[in-house]
Amino acid sequence: MSVAEFFDSMDYGSAPEADDAVRAWLQRHGSRFGHFIGGRFVEPAGGRRFDTLEPATGRMLASVAEGDTADIDATVAAARAAQEPWSWLGGHGRARHLYALARAVQRHGRILAVLESLDNGKPIRESRDLDVPLAARHFYHHAGWAQLQETSFPDHVPLGVVGQIIPWNFPLLMLAWKVAPALALGNTVVLKPAEYTPLTALLFAEIARDAGLPDGVLNIVTGGGETGAALVRHPDIDKIAFTGSTEVGRQIRQATAGSGKSLTLELGGKSPFIVFDDADLDGAVEGVVDSIWFNQGQVCCAGSRLLVQESIAEPFIARLKRRMETLRIGSPLDKTIDMGAIVDPIQLHRIRELVETGVAEGATLVQPQTALPQGGSFFPPTLLTGVHPAATVAQEEIFGPVMVAMTFRTPEEAVQLANNTRYGLAASIWSETIGLALDIAPKLKAGVVWINATNLFDAAVGFGGTRESGFGREGGREGALDYLKPRAWAERRPLAAPPPLPETAIQAASSGSFTIPPIDRTAKLFVGGRQVRPDGNGSLPVLSPQGVRLGEVGEGSRKDIRNAVAAARGAEGWSRATAHGRAQILYYLAENLSARAAEFSARIAAMTGASVDDAETEVEASIRRLFAYGAWADKFDGAVRNPPIRGVALAVNEPIGVVGVVCPPEAPLLALVSLVAPLVAMGNRVVVLPSERHPLSATDLYQVIETSDVPAGVINIVTGPQRPLARTLAEHDDVDALWVFGDPALAADAERLSAGNLKRVLTDDGLATDWQDPAAAEGAVLLRHAVQVKSIWIPYGE
Amino acid sequence: MEAGTNLKALPASGALPAGAAHGRNTVPRNEGLALDLGLLADVRVNLSATERRVASITGRRAVKKDAQAAWLLKAVTCIDLTTLNGDDTPERVKRLCAKAKAPVRADILDALGMSATRITTGAICVYHRYVATAVEALAGSGIPVAAVSTGFPAGLVPHDVKLREIEASVADGAAEIDIVITREHVLTGNWQALYDEMRDFRAACGDAHVKAILATGDLKTLRNVARASLVCMMAGADFIKTSTGKEGVNATLAVTLAMIRTIRAYEELTGIRVGYKPAGGISAAKDVLAYQFLMKEELGRPWLEPELFRIGASSLLADIERQLEHHVTGRYSAFNRHPVG
Repeated sequence: MSVAEFFDSMDYGSAPEADDAVRAWLQRHGSRFGHFIGGRFVEPAGGRRFDTLEPATGRMLASVAEGDTADIDATVAAARAAQEPWSWLGGHGRARHLYALARAVQRHGRILAVLESLDNGKPIRESRDLDVPLAARHFYHHAGWAQLQETSFPDHVPLGVVGQIIPWNFPLLMLAWKVAPALALGNTVVLKPAEYTPLTALLFAEIARDAGLPDGVLNIVTGGGETGAALVRHPDIDKIAFTGSTEVGRQIRQATAGSGKSLTLELGGKSPFIVFDDADLDGAVEGVVDSIWFNQGQVCCAGSRLLVQESIAEPFIARLKRRMETLRIGSPLDKTIDMGAIVDPIQLHRIRELVETGVAEGATLVQPQTALPQGGSFFPPTLLTGVHPAATVAQEEIFGPVMVAMTFRTPEEAVQLANNTRYGLAASIWSETIGLALDIAPKLKAGVVWINATNLFDAAVGFGGTRESGFGREGGREGALDYLKPRAWAERRPLAAPPPLPETAIQAASSGSFTIPPIDRTAKLFVGGRQVRPDGNGSLPVLSPQGVRLGEVGEGSRKDIRNAVAAARGAEGWSRATAHGRAQILYYLAENLSARAAEFSARIAAMTGASVDDAETEVEASIRRLFAYGAWADKFDGAVRNPPIRGVALAVNEPIGVVGVVCPPEAPLLALVSLVAPLVAMGNRVVVLPSERHPLSATDLYQVIETSDVPAGVINIVTGPQRPLARTLAEHDDVDALWVFGDPALAADAERLSAGNLKRVLTDDGLATDWQDPAAAEGAVLLRHAVQVKSIWIPYGE
Repeated sequence: MEAGTNLKALPASGALPAGAAHGRNTVPRNEGLALDLGLLADVRVNLSATERRVASITGRRAVKKDAQAAWLLKAVTCIDLTTLNGDDTPERVKRLCAKAKAPVRADILDALGMSATRITTGAICVYHRYVATAVEALAGSGIPVAAVSTGFPAGLVPHDVKLREIEASVADGAAEIDIVITREHVLTGNWQALYDEMRDFRAACGDAHVKAILATGDLKTLRNVARASLVCMMAGADFIKTSTGKEGVNATLAVTLAMIRTIRAYEELTGIRVGYKPAGGISAAKDVLAYQFLMKEELGRPWLEPELFRIGASSLLADIERQLEHHVTGRYSAFNRHPVG
């Protein structure tokens, strides 16, 4: 077009970003890459390779190595060899390296951005203005954590060698999110980038090496699902950090069960975007653009369910449709587009199919009259209106530029619809009324909430999900802790096998004589604030170490677990109760336990064979522990983060919800109190399986609980055979987390079965816990696992 | 809200004469609405969201090469070439008028293939004292003369003096009147007073088009800006304009977004297109492109033409000329290569 024609049409024309630096880099490598192991590029052991393509054109970009077990072995060995010297380098030494990496990312910002857009298909504007600067910011921020490690985390040590698997939607940024905290805190890394988008990781590895990062500290293995599986299975990996689909997250959860590997998962989502009638509607329309058409909607935290208050639905949708007409789709390297290409034809096909399903199920399709470029994988911005919660497109993650819209009538209904999903990653709230917005934020099941904003990210603010969106946080202090372990836990030794059970039950001496017998005490289950008979109406004997029958407890079953979980779910008020109120009840429990200390000591001595002194010590420690959590209840609070915006981000410690607790055989009172009290202090409701061998301390506790004003359903106790009961808890989709201590086989089972709803599982990894040692069993070490951090972003200004 | 339900005819006392096309103003005039306080109460402008939008627009849109040259030439046609200084003289104004008629060197236009298109600035903008001078200097050019009025820039002279000033400028041949509002009315929430004042100004203008200067730097909040914009449009403003150029803060992209979104809302409500004029502080070619992107994206193609978009500027033109010469020659240009205004 000539100047005159542009003058008449006032079209934009195209504004392409040059890609010659990237082409030159590819050429230097002959468009052929090996793995990056121990500081150099290495040919794949098995010689297998695959091609990575340009989504915008379908053309081949480079040939990349496909990692197999031998490659993984070599890479893990390199990372292992580097881990001790890297750790010994100390916080300041590592801070210098992280700082250098941040500077290097900035220095090579342009080539990284162009390569990212070529390999992924995302608009250069996004890779240039978001991905690359945020990646650099992550390294800067974590240089800080490295510097402060000795003072900020004195009671923690690095995990060791970390395996990281990242997705294709933000290849470089996800690398930064994973690599920066891992390296900062003294771990070494084996990273597998996504099959579709391996190139920026390889370029980054080269840049990092040139920036002086020691060999073996950061290793990159390329490949697909099998390569990832080999990494997950490798026995010498201490942690797996995964970002990707919920389906693969489940497989990883199952594969790592019982291995002792730490695990964090950042998975899919179907996040709500809630617009109230008092929102800045034009601002919210722009929010929708940033939410679902950012990165072609291939964003795990994309607000993909539009919930609009009925009273403004019509004008809002009208404005949104108008806005859609001005979106431009084009070559990723064009600086004047809003959307680029979908990463792969397979994804494109999936998006098409889901949209067709949505329309078939009754949704109205809205797409602008925008022309799509020819040749690559492109899909127009799409809005489906008139969608109901039962529709496939309202429940399934589409992972494409498709917004589904529905309406709500009241704030309560907005929350109900927002939470009507298996996921829990993010949420956006649009309202100009601070009281409303801040009332809704805590009610949403999500790890991240943006108020009058969307898709804001920062290294200082934790990011991660709940429910089937995974667990663990990236960014902020909470993210740093996911790459460390408590020193007191690191020093644990493997559990000794419990002494064998006595062969047969011996009746107590007084039994069967003509003296006046004691009144029968039948321990039942404690469910919903009441002592109830087990559903199966059976009981199990409790024996002393010598085999003397001390009593009987109810034999709990699946149905009792079901009832206990329902009671715990119903006790939701506890999670909203004030921290002060919860503290009062914990102190009250301590007071009432103290009043009966002698009775509890005698019981412990009788059950476990402990000396009276030791039993008294255990009861005294339990009372102290209850006091400790009474103290913590209103002090383990959140923080205000300072991301680089005008506004704040709150890091709120929220209860996880309903938590199953499997107690170890030993310390029948102290272990139970040590596990239950932190959970209850933070507002969780628990279903407890007490020590199978010594359950009477738990059943004795019923009366203490009953006299301490603990609301019904907050603490539920089910006695009986731990294994089937624990399995039922692990499989239960309405249980949000599970703590399993004592039996490694049980822990492995629980981890495997938890994959159903991806509940958070905390286990002792088959290592013995010293319940008397506060460093190992009291305070932040456990409280951290009793909460999930919700990041609430609150930009402000008038 | 349904379009039309709030469309009430003005009371008879406020009836305005239907404006004939005058100068370049060929779009239908804004006859205004009865003051609707309900619309004002509904105004919500989230500052952070506004800032994010304007921050991203320059990243999401770009024009290069021939497209850029065309956009910059279009910007030239939207400039209200302005002199509003205490030391203005007739000769100074005549010089400016000469520049308005030939804002870009003929050889550059020729090289751009644009010599067949008449390129002039959108208007000349002066104080009342120089209206007659400018009208005479621009005779036959079709370039309208705009007069700042109503006690510009503070707007605190008596109301009847303001009306007489408008009438005097119209009598001298001003086709456009840039009035300043009484900021007090906005800051005290006296919307009725603002509406009445604006309606009087509009009536006094007769056939001349009226631009309402909000002095957004004085109003401070985007909510105030949006409300004042709506009231001025309801009272019949043909254009809304940001600033006098004399406030501490002049045109910004955030203020622009808030104002043009009210223009869009007003159009949705009434079908009437109101124009927009940012003024002050736009002095670089790349800055004006950002404004043009916003106009096109938020309001649409018609708002890139001088009928609906003006830029109040004095030094912007010189920078555009340099950019255009660079486009033609490939060499960076200098100010002294282009005739001053």
